[in-house]
Amino acid sequence: MRSLEVVDPGRYALVEDLGRPGYAHLGVAPSGALDVSSLRLANRLVGNPSAAAGIEVLLGGLSARLTASATVAVTGPAVDVRVDGRSFGSHAPVPVRAGQTVSVGTPSTGLRCYLAVSGGIVVEPVLGSRSRDVLSGIGPAPLKSGDVLLLGEPGIPAGADVVVPVAAPGELVVPVTPGPRDDWFDDPAGGLSAWWTVTAESNRVGLRLDGTPLRRAAEGELPSEGVVTGAIQVPPSGLPVVFLADHPTTGGYPVAAVVRARALGALAQARPGTRVRFRMS
Amino acid sequence: MRWRRCGEDAALLDCDSLEQMRAAHATVSAARPEGVVDLVPGARSLLVIGGVAATKALLDGADLTHPPADEPREVTLDVHYDGEDLALVASDAGISEDAVVSLHTEAVYTVAFTGFAPGFGYLTGLPAELRQPRLESPRTRVPAGSVGLAGEFTGVYPRESPGGWRLLGHTTATLFDPHADPPALFAPGDRVRFRSVR
Repeated sequence: MRSLEVVDPGRYALVEDLGRPGYAHLGVAPSGALDVSSLRLANRLVGNPSAAAGIEVLLGGLSARLTASATVAVTGPAVDVRVDGRSFGSHAPVPVRAGQTVSVGTPSTGLRCYLAVSGGIVVEPVLGSRSRDVLSGIGPAPLKSGDVLLLGEPGIPAGADVVVPVAAPGELVVPVTPGPRDDWFDDPAGGLSAWWTVTAESNRVGLRLDGTPLRRAAEGELPSEGVVTGAIQVPPSGLPVVFLADHPTTGGYPVAAVVRARALGALAQARPGTRVRFRMS
Repeated sequence: MRWRRCGEDAALLDCDSLEQMRAAHATVSAARPEGVVDLVPGARSLLVIGGVAATKALLDGADLTHPPADEPREVTLDVHYDGEDLALVASDAGISEDAVVSLHTEAVYTVAFTGFAPGFGYLTGLPAELRQPRLESPRTRVPAGSVGLAGEFTGVYPRESPGGWRLLGHTTATLFDPHADPPALFAPGDRVRFRSVR
């Protein structure tokens, strides 16, 4: 069977697809690629269905050897892609012959690149998905040197598709919908529209922000309730956490607003130090 | 009861009580309106992901005082009552350790909601004497299968994790196995009993 052998996982590389929605009532997060549109694009470039699993590579450094010829594509922030040392661009289909090694460089902006391989990665699905959920430990373990990942049957690559990668900006204005618990805060729209800074404690569970703490309008304790991806949860410190794909499924702190789905990809690429403000819409 | 917006394709139904939430959950579960991806119960709320308009229409006309009579699944767990906090729970309740075990095993619990970890259920129905606060300083490591209590809830740790609940004992049952069907032993609405074994 066609396969890919991990030569070097780089800093942190995970198998991700579109996740496993529908199990939050059992305490299982949706998980899946944080920058969904980048994974979809990578899959399209190599002729895969959009739900095929690829590799989410944090800050580059991954190299992998193909045991059979394949088409690969790397998306996310613009990054150098090499095949046996020869340089190719990201955001384009790249043909790879059996035995050759594809390497993903380090992006100069953003955080997460997506490597799709024709046929997709076909590790055993768990609850309908091949995604690694870092909070609950479900799905394939973080990749390590020597891992062999089986590949599915290839489709027909999209061909000469020209896609211009977008640099991850240092400042983001993020559209949100108010609530469900905006009434727990003094001027939540005003507070969230101030500039916040992404901290280094951020991960696939959530983006932790620093800034001027949001003020509670009322004291009290919130009975635990279900939360969604993109929820801006505010613990007693007043410093918000934006829940990403591997978020806890219920929580006891009020959610002031929810990030619109189309803006989640940009947050997935926000390096520590990125400045973020939220606009209610 | 009040609907609250929760992003673009979800809504949170604030309920007046846990019973009302259960009735709403049973009503929506039975009808499963088109587009509903998940129904996530909370302690006083129901999160509806997908199919919000259809769910609102359904619940607007529903008689929640007479929800669909679902047959709850019953789960009995064998527990070794040898927990590190059994003596503490007994002394705070002013009763013997045997009396704690009797109280904990005679009650019938309901899985109110889940969270914290896959397969972790918050079980309501705890006798008043056993409603005790969390430990002042949580343990960094609670073994899988530990049976504990905190506030109005009792529950079982599905896997090793940090935790601040008072531990009564342990079970060898598997609470969560992603390859099993169903993957979780506890789902919201299930009835749970504990049986003391030695």
